[in-house]
Amino acid sequence: MADFETPVLQKYPVIPSITIDAMKDSAPFVAKPEHQDPLGFPGELVDDWKDRAIEKMGELLGKYRSFQVYLDSCVKCGACTDKCHYFLGTTDPKNMPVARQDLLRSVYRRYFTFAGKYFPKLVGARDLTKEVLDEWYSYFHQCSQCRRCSVYCPYGIDTAEISMAAREILDSVGVGQKYCNEIIAKVHKVGNNLGLPEPALKDTLEGLEEDIEDDTGVKVRLPLDEKGADILLITPSADFFAEPHIDGLIGYAKVFHEAGVSWTLSSYASEAANFGMFIGSYENMQKVAMRIREAALDLGVKRIVHGECGHAWRVAYSFWNTLAGPFDFLDPNYPVPQHICEFTYDLIQKNKLRFDKSQNDHRVVTFHDSCNVARATRMGDKPGGQFEIPRAIIKTVCNNYVDMDPDTIKEGTYCCGGGGGLLTDDLMEIRVKGAMPRMQALNEVVEEHGVTNMAAICAICKSQFTKVLPYYKMGMDMIVSVHQLVSDALILTGQEVDDDEADEDAA
Amino acid sequence: MSALSVSYVILFYAAIGILVVGLGSRILRYVKTPAPLKIPTMPAPVTKSGVVMRLGREVVFFESLFKSNKWTWIFGWLFHVSLLLAFFRHLRYVIGPDNILGMLIGLEIVQSFGKYASYTMVIGLLGLLGRRLFVERVRYISSPSDYLMLLLLLSIAATGMLMTFVSHIDIMQLRDFAVGLFILQPANVPDSPLILIHLALVALLMIIFPVSKLLHAPGVFFSPTRNQVDNAREQRHIADWAVPLDETRGNK
Repeated sequence: MADFETPVLQKYPVIPSITIDAMKDSAPFVAKPEHQDPLGFPGELVDDWKDRAIEKMGELLGKYRSFQVYLDSCVKCGACTDKCHYFLGTTDPKNMPVARQDLLRSVYRRYFTFAGKYFPKLVGARDLTKEVLDEWYSYFHQCSQCRRCSVYCPYGIDTAEISMAAREILDSVGVGQKYCNEIIAKVHKVGNNLGLPEPALKDTLEGLEEDIEDDTGVKVRLPLDEKGADILLITPSADFFAEPHIDGLIGYAKVFHEAGVSWTLSSYASEAANFGMFIGSYENMQKVAMRIREAALDLGVKRIVHGECGHAWRVAYSFWNTLAGPFDFLDPNYPVPQHICEFTYDLIQKNKLRFDKSQNDHRVVTFHDSCNVARATRMGDKPGGQFEIPRAIIKTVCNNYVDMDPDTIKEGTYCCGGGGGLLTDDLMEIRVKGAMPRMQALNEVVEEHGVTNMAAICAICKSQFTKVLPYYKMGMDMIVSVHQLVSDALILTGQEVDDDEADEDAA
Repeated sequence: MSALSVSYVILFYAAIGILVVGLGSRILRYVKTPAPLKIPTMPAPVTKSGVVMRLGREVVFFESLFKSNKWTWIFGWLFHVSLLLAFFRHLRYVIGPDNILGMLIGLEIVQSFGKYASYTMVIGLLGLLGRRLFVERVRYISSPSDYLMLLLLLSIAATGMLMTFVSHIDIMQLRDFAVGLFILQPANVPDSPLILIHLALVALLMIIFPVSKLLHAPGVFFSPTRNQVDNAREQRHIADWAVPLDETRGNK
């Protein structure tokens, strides 16, 4: 299947011994000039790259307090060394968060600190060389910016901040990552990661309307570019395209239908994902986010609801107001943006949705907290709502639910292994190995509780698991959307409930 | 004054100067550098008082480290608490017994806690050193300076213990020296080798503070993942350098 070995799942989590340079050859395809230009980056490695990299580092030190404070504060206590899924899966010590940071911190010390300038050996400072630059390119693309390390750091040092800065420095000297930069350019041009133009989108949505009607006998609409609708739905473009994402989209449509609200998608802003975050580019992230503001104004909507996507929800929840706000033209009675889970949960609380839970009786479900949702956002009014609300929804629509090992969920959740711009086939080895800790915890509940499905609320998680589950001898269709579960149990008004069919499914 | 005393006075004024100016300028840099985006590690407090509590737990109990690794937590916490207790004990060298603070410091409980804290301090430091030497992952990330820092602290603790438990020095003279520094009337330093080593190492610690990983002390208070309120949806947060981008960011 591949030229690397899939890790063997242990019965219990194990902290492995280190294997020096185990992943030194892992690196994604480098962006070509045509991927770099639209983002405002040099097309290839510039001649004076060293000076420019140092200059860029200095600029970022002045712009981001996180970067400055985190480079200074690490005491090398080792608290993070066993926390990264990529270290646990690869055993390469440079995948320990502190060691990953040190790839850059060593250069920071050499050029920006007294100790590193005069006593480099003593404090582990080193010159910036081409080898160091290559090492950055390799190992800062073995970080999914999932922030698990930051939970356990006594100073809250967030490796995501360091890896974003590193990628921005790399981009600024002409060494970009093809996958991310090509996609961002597509969003700038077409409006979504997949490059789906308006007619294709329209076709897809019409097809889905027919599917729902065939399935339920009820006409549920998936409107596109409808001016004057109350709600603009911003969702990852994977929802228009692939299983199990698309079943989630059907779920949102049914929920909107039952809520009786008018809503629309936008062909101009047909993407929730914002890969500008992955490459640490404020400007590109802002440019992508602005499409959503523009679409909301053009369509004259009153609210924005956000579909199932992890990093996108981080950008939306934490950054939209900064990048594209203020959203004072929207209805102040609703949060901006509102997560689809918040929306559905609210309706459940108000008893506005009817469910036939038995429709999900053939499943035993567990929930994968997506890293960005868990550690970088919230849902509802209370801290931790991002854990409780999706679980409450699942338990409302499913009879059989179990959680995975407490160390691997909620704020301690493991990344799927494909986040942070790594969801590309040229990084398959790191993706498979990085998924190991999640696969281990999943395998545990499969064996102990007969779990059949893992639900997620992130397009990257869903795509990643679809791809890596088979490596671990589990079915790719184990992964489902939370709103797929909602969709399967939701009874639409006027829907003919076929009792026989329900019984069959339960059997 | 002896040449030795003169050099110690100069050493201490230099050390204090470097510590204050170095640390001050570093903190100023942290204050002036904006955090352009909301990045608290969630779940995070939704109010400012909640953030004060979170930082308080982090500083007093090392909450995150506790979640991470119990051994590192025990040794690290033991060391820091011991350092604080020893610090209280040392205040008697600069604060007289004729005021309320001085009376508190003079209390038997403060003095003996400070005294025996030296044991727990050494245990903590040896534990941390042990982890650095014997845990493969921690050894991998350690630089010479990481070991030297522990050895420096151990040496300070050891010389202090020797003076407390084995070979006493003239503490009245030490007090005169310490007070003299503060009231700008330098006095002779006691000429016992132990105190001279102890003082020199402390001065060294003060000097390297602003240029070393000891910056974690101010750093924790400026860590955006720990000190930000979770209110991104409710309040627009924008850095000065990003304000002009609002003008050029798009059509609307």
